[in-house]
Amino acid sequence: MTGSAMRMRGLLKKEVKHVLRDPSSILIAILMPIVLLLVNGFGISLDAYHMPVAVVVSAPEEATRGMLQAMAASPYLSVQRAASVHDAEAALTAGTVRGILVVREDVTERLRRSASWPARVGLSVNATDPNTARILEGYVTSALTIWLGDAARELRRTPGGGIDLEYRDWFNPELHSADFIVPGVIAMVMTMAGTLLTAGGVSREWEHGTMESMLASPARMIELVLAKLITNFGLGIGSMALSVVLAVFLFGVPYRGGFFVLALAASLFLVFALGLGLFISTVSRNQFVSSQLAFLTTMMPAMMLSGMLFDISAMPHWLRIVTYFVPARYLVSILQTMFLAGDVWSVILPNLAGLAAAAALALAATMAVTRRRLD
Amino acid sequence: MTGEGKGEHQRLPLPLREGAGGRGCSESAAAVGASQSTDPSPQPPPSRGGGADGAPPGTTATAAQPPPSRGGGADGAPPGTTATAAQPPPSRGGGADALPPLVTIAGLRHCFGAAVALDGITATIRPGEITGLVGPDAAGKTTLLRLIAGLLRPTAGTITVLGHDMTTDAAAAHPSIGYMPQRFGLYEDLTVAENLDLFADLHTLPQDLRTTRIERLLRFTGLTPFAARLAGNLSGGMKQKLGLACALLSRPRLLLLDEPSVGVDPVSRRELWAIVAAMLAEASGQNETMAVVWATAYLDEAARCARVLLLHQGKLLSDSPPDDFLAPLKGRVFRLGLAPGVARRAIARQVSRNPAVLDTQVSGDALRLVLRDGAAPPDAASLGGTTLAPLPPRFEDGFIARLAGDAPPAAPEIVITPPRTGGGPPIVVQDLVRRFGHFTAVDHVSFTVQRGEIFGLLGPNGAGKSTTFRMLCGLLKPSSGMARVAGQDLLTAPAAARSRIGYMAQRFSLYAELSVRENLRFFARVYGLSRADQGRAIDAALDQFELREAAATTARDLPLGLKQRLALAAALLHGPEILFLDEPTSGVDPLMRRDFWARIGSLADAGVTILVTSHFMDEAENCDRLGIVNQGRLAAIGTPAELRARVRSAALPDPTLEDAFIALVAQASEPGVQAA
Repeated sequence: MTGSAMRMRGLLKKEVKHVLRDPSSILIAILMPIVLLLVNGFGISLDAYHMPVAVVVSAPEEATRGMLQAMAASPYLSVQRAASVHDAEAALTAGTVRGILVVREDVTERLRRSASWPARVGLSVNATDPNTARILEGYVTSALTIWLGDAARELRRTPGGGIDLEYRDWFNPELHSADFIVPGVIAMVMTMAGTLLTAGGVSREWEHGTMESMLASPARMIELVLAKLITNFGLGIGSMALSVVLAVFLFGVPYRGGFFVLALAASLFLVFALGLGLFISTVSRNQFVSSQLAFLTTMMPAMMLSGMLFDISAMPHWLRIVTYFVPARYLVSILQTMFLAGDVWSVILPNLAGLAAAAALALAATMAVTRRRLD
Repeated sequence: MTGEGKGEHQRLPLPLREGAGGRGCSESAAAVGASQSTDPSPQPPPSRGGGADGAPPGTTATAAQPPPSRGGGADGAPPGTTATAAQPPPSRGGGADALPPLVTIAGLRHCFGAAVALDGITATIRPGEITGLVGPDAAGKTTLLRLIAGLLRPTAGTITVLGHDMTTDAAAAHPSIGYMPQRFGLYEDLTVAENLDLFADLHTLPQDLRTTRIERLLRFTGLTPFAARLAGNLSGGMKQKLGLACALLSRPRLLLLDEPSVGVDPVSRRELWAIVAAMLAEASGQNETMAVVWATAYLDEAARCARVLLLHQGKLLSDSPPDDFLAPLKGRVFRLGLAPGVARRAIARQVSRNPAVLDTQVSGDALRLVLRDGAAPPDAASLGGTTLAPLPPRFEDGFIARLAGDAPPAAPEIVITPPRTGGGPPIVVQDLVRRFGHFTAVDHVSFTVQRGEIFGLLGPNGAGKSTTFRMLCGLLKPSSGMARVAGQDLLTAPAAARSRIGYMAQRFSLYAELSVRENLRFFARVYGLSRADQGRAIDAALDQFELREAAATTARDLPLGLKQRLALAAALLHGPEILFLDEPTSGVDPLMRRDFWARIGSLADAGVTILVTSHFMDEAENCDRLGIVNQGRLAAIGTPAELRARVRSAALPDPTLEDAFIALVAQASEPGVQAA
């Protein structure tokens, strides 16, 4: 066995034993992803169900019953009758309802006579959160439109040609936000796990003094780095597999892509994350500082700038440029595509290239900074 | 387990840059080569025959000591030549001429940023002997060893190891170097056998060679029955032995040991030395050249080395065999017997003011004096004692003589308000027990400390000293037993009781970012001194502890001795009656240590009760009474003189405290129980 191979074997054996006997690596690779996925996957929900709406109806009961029934039938709305506009506004201010619908007494009259169209219905919405406000407006509008169509048919009137919008929701027809968010969370978890594994590992060796003995031995720096990379790579892939399994079986996110590309993307990204961790631990030889740095450089960018939650195209131009330097962005894009759409090469290939570049950069930086000497 | 001493000596400076541009460095670059022998003592005569140092036990003395050549190879080549001087020749006949040195250091200078760690070192390391690298903390020992091992690149100067210039060609020398860093450097998650296996893999030992060597090393270090134990569960001494075994696996030609025996129990210390000496002997027997550099702060180990490099604040004070080092002290060391019952410390203070006396040290019930160069021995009675008898000089005396120079060390006078008297003994400990899971750290310890007494708890790291301390101070709850300070259990005592004690933790526990004055102010406030008292106390502290010039310096930048003084000052601000000092002098140079004990002595004479822990056995002579602790048990209590007398025998006519420790611990443990 050549010298280098023997040394590598020894180092790898040591790393594997470490992982098996020291719980912290297992915690980072297994427990942390589970917790993060559960918390983020269930906790972050962009869906809006059963949004309470107060309805003030001044028109006679029979005329508007159909309208109110249509609204109550919608799973997105939860209709509450309010006695007066004043009461309804009080409820809106207090936050017990998200919107107020005011139906005037002449609404049925006006509907009956197409000359006096449109019939006006007032909707006030709590727009503190503009996204939810818009969603609520959409729900109400669609509920009313459905009812309008039915009412018109009943009165044997056609509302006129107009536009008939046929909705088809690609990739995510049930509009589950979890299907969108969970792949993004997987990317975030991967960055954190990968970086923390190596950042903590090397710093610990510095703190315990074993790094000095290693440096004083014939082991070459590249062998030390490789041994750590390989072991933690194995852990990282295991972590990734676990996350994907959780996503599919616990959250019910469909997976429509192939597995080879997934493995490739995961590998490249892991190399980047592990390299970043090694870099951090070279820069700071203190375990505590390393973990802090690891969190800062991975969690925040992954959450904010990777497209996991917030749409990149909605960001200002300069920030969009910045996101090109956040490799999590590439992984999020790939994952979202592969989970919901399948193998779309025109999206996957450029992102893979980005990941490959990030991995190469991280490795090169680590090799450059990690020197055999203590200085 | 209790973290005693762990990391205490680990002062890994985070290296900043090579410091090539630092002003401090480049200034003296020109002086390189001219600044070597700072040794002020006269050159010992060159024709010292072999064996003049009496071949101290365990070392293989080279047959003839070569004339002390300043930085040259044995063949007198000028410093700086690399390949020619260091080529190991085929075995010269009879070994009468010393083999050429394995390591040549010329004009070495190393800086960390602006801080100068090593300043103009020129020396050689010869094969076949143990070279001691001696000096207190921050002297530069670790830096020098790391430079020799090729882990750092020197700022200036050259190091040549086995013919390779470590600045450019370090990788070629690496396989022949075995380095054991100061910190344990072992994988605590792996077993003993797995650790050895890993290092065998790293040194690419073939399988058959590996098995024989590992088996042999395990036998040598006595670790065979523990081969399957996790390295983290070994005792301190065993960990060091394992580290040594890992370093010896590859049969290095140059073995660099950085304080391998620090804090370890005395028995293991001697065993470590024996292992290294045996390896050396074996190598010489097989005509392989092997050299060992043993860095230590223990001066008794230094005396056993064949040659000693004495470092102090980065400078090489001396490079000579111990005997040559001590030659200028012949006839200057005396023992002043004292009448029983006199106040030793008061007399010591008085004696130290005598112009003929350079250094005074309390030693049991006598004083040990070192006279100035050329001074006539004064009359015993005039000094206040009974008899004056000459003594052979010790290594520490030589060190003091070098450091003290001509200026007499000022005897500090501490003026404090005498504490309240009355009440029972200030410290009472009875059957104290503390367990951590299955491990018993403190096992039925009982002792009492009288008012105004200095009581020492003496024992190696992991013996349970700090744990006992913490229970006394109310920082840890005992598993059973009683610990009372000033009549109260501090675990539950109100703040008033706590304000009567002062505590100086291991490693000083100062705020590194605050200045000296700010630290003092903080502690004054925390102890509840009123505004007026604060100002007065801080002023008094700055004066009495000579901290005024450094009052604005950040604590982190203080030298070790000043940090120690600051910590002591902070612990005394509120005028406590009882003082707890946890390993207060570890790593400090002898001068500072003297200063410290003088201060403590005056405090004790003024009535303050002091409880000290230490693992430096011989420092404990300064205590009034001692408790010897080992593995959680109190093996013996008594005055230093009593303890030594207990083990005096025909074989050991003049035992040191360390001998006493070993013997008393052996007596105390049950027969048949193997000490792990």
